Amino acid sequence: MQQVFSIPKSMKKGFRYTFCPGCDHGVAIRLVAELLDELNLQDKAICSTSIGCSVFLYDFLDVDCVEAPHGRACASATGVKRARPDKFVFTYQGDGDFASIGLAESMHTALRGECVSAVCINNTTYGMTGGQLGPTTIMGQVTTTSPYGRNKEYYGYPIRIAEQIALCDGTAYSARVALDTIPHINQAKQALKKAFEVQLQGLGFGFVEILSSCPTNWHMTPQEAHIRVKEEMMPVFPLGVYKDVTTEKGE
Amino acid sequence: MTDSNEKVLIKGNYAIAQAAINAGCQCYFGYPITPQTEIGEYLSAQMPKLGRGYVCAESEIAAINMVVGAVSTGVRAMTSSSSLAVALMQEALSYAASDELPVVLVNVMRAGPGLGYIYPAQGDYNQSVTGGGNGDYKIIVLAPSTVQECIDYTYRAFYLAQKYRNPVILLADGLLGQMMEPACFGKDPYPEVDVSSWALTGAKGRESRAIYSLGTDEKKQVQHIYNLFKKFEVIAENETSYEEFETEDADIILTAFGSMTRNIKAAMKVLRNKGIKAGCFRPITLSPFPYKRISELAAKGKDFAVVEMNMGQMFKDVKYAIDGKSRVGLINRPVGEWLSVEEIVEAVEKIMEKSYATSIQYS
Repeated sequence: MQQVFSIPKSMKKGFRYTFCPGCDHGVAIRLVAELLDELNLQDKAICSTSIGCSVFLYDFLDVDCVEAPHGRACASATGVKRARPDKFVFTYQGDGDFASIGLAESMHTALRGECVSAVCINNTTYGMTGGQLGPTTIMGQVTTTSPYGRNKEYYGYPIRIAEQIALCDGTAYSARVALDTIPHINQAKQALKKAFEVQLQGLGFGFVEILSSCPTNWHMTPQEAHIRVKEEMMPVFPLGVYKDVTTEKGE
Repeated sequence: MTDSNEKVLIKGNYAIAQAAINAGCQCYFGYPITPQTEIGEYLSAQMPKLGRGYVCAESEIAAINMVVGAVSTGVRAMTSSSSLAVALMQEALSYAASDELPVVLVNVMRAGPGLGYIYPAQGDYNQSVTGGGNGDYKIIVLAPSTVQECIDYTYRAFYLAQKYRNPVILLADGLLGQMMEPACFGKDPYPEVDVSSWALTGAKGRESRAIYSLGTDEKKQVQHIYNLFKKFEVIAENETSYEEFETEDADIILTAFGSMTRNIKAAMKVLRNKGIKAGCFRPITLSPFPYKRISELAAKGKDFAVVEMNMGQMFKDVKYAIDGKSRVGLINRPVGEWLSVEEIVEAVEKIMEKSYATSIQYS
């Protein structure tokens, strides 16, 4: 009989699943684990973990992990990579971690062209603390700290992370993907693969922003949440590859 | 020259930087701030030649977290900074203490609070010793008083950090950082520390490792904190160090740390010439603090005068160690010109005259 499904080798067995039903974190982590297997990276990978819903990453991924304080994952990853240039170094962060409290660390890691890969989950809110306004909360969105909806007077505007990271000269690859449909999940995996490969090729910073659902804090069913990803998030955060030095001509 | 027994005339900041190289520091991460910038400048020239890591970090917060990442892989790494910017690093120090990571941080103190200024001060005793970060944790703090000690204690800092898997602060000050003195580097005298049981190097041929401070299991977290403190008891037992001079027959023991030690030694001689039986006591490790030895001296009826460039930060630890067994006075100026030998002598005489009922604060 042919086995059609198995848990990736790079995922721990018998872990306690800590995400809410319908959350996209589980899919994103699985994609990362599949790629660690496929690219044979499990035994040379060191992950710099983050704070937020992603905090339990070392419960899932069966690779060496060092915890960074909130927002500092890219700085910690820089330290790991400079100390051990032969290792595969990556971060897995939320949008608040990567693009709010850690924006300086994230952007400067890209500007330095550190050969590390960063994965950022964008769910337009602070999930772990119960759904507050974050750097990616879209205009009009109601959160527990924007009860009348995000407006420019009180809150200003959301950040388009993949576009900003693409502007950094040290970035080798920057893309935005989503996990709302099977084709999008497949595209997400290809983007993650690229972000990992540019590190292995020594080309610079590899980055993927993943649009993700947060049914609990959006007060939606998982299905409704994926519809919101498509109808409300994608117009503000268009999917696409914003930088890829491997396909640029004349460089 | 920088690894031989030959004497060289060298600035404190350069001495620390070269000693770090000799100690096998593989990566330096830093952000400029006076009066320690020469450490980063020196290493920016040397580290690339040695094929070692060097990053001009975007902030002190980033710098210390780069150190956290680097040392988690088992290599030696450090950052250096000064007072107000060390304040920015306290979160990471709390993490590193809980994560048991051998972070080495050099703090070349300047004046505070807030921006303060670049004149010398010793206002970071509390920030270093009691920890400016959250939660219960302890840092090892070494306080040099000469350029030679800047070298010796840098070697010791890297060794202790790895030996006990605990962050270490080398607490120097602007005076030491900027001063040139003859010193000799010799060789790093400490043995290599085996880090293979915990370092993150990729899970090849072994189970994966995770280093984190998240403590969702309440019972385990309680035990973790007890373990950290038990470890520090061992550190206190093995590593508490101090110097004392002429305490045997002393009536009053001048006590200071860091470069203020230089002036209490000189003041002691002047006081002795005046017929006052003065001695000197100088903690080398501010944490672990030599409570036991001070307590022993106090039990022999010896009084103390604590001389420091702050509002009495070490004073309270000395007082705690004395615990009412003898008397203690404070001689201080919070920032600026180092307390002179003359000022110290005058203040000691006043304190003794008034039976330790007063502190002498200079402006």
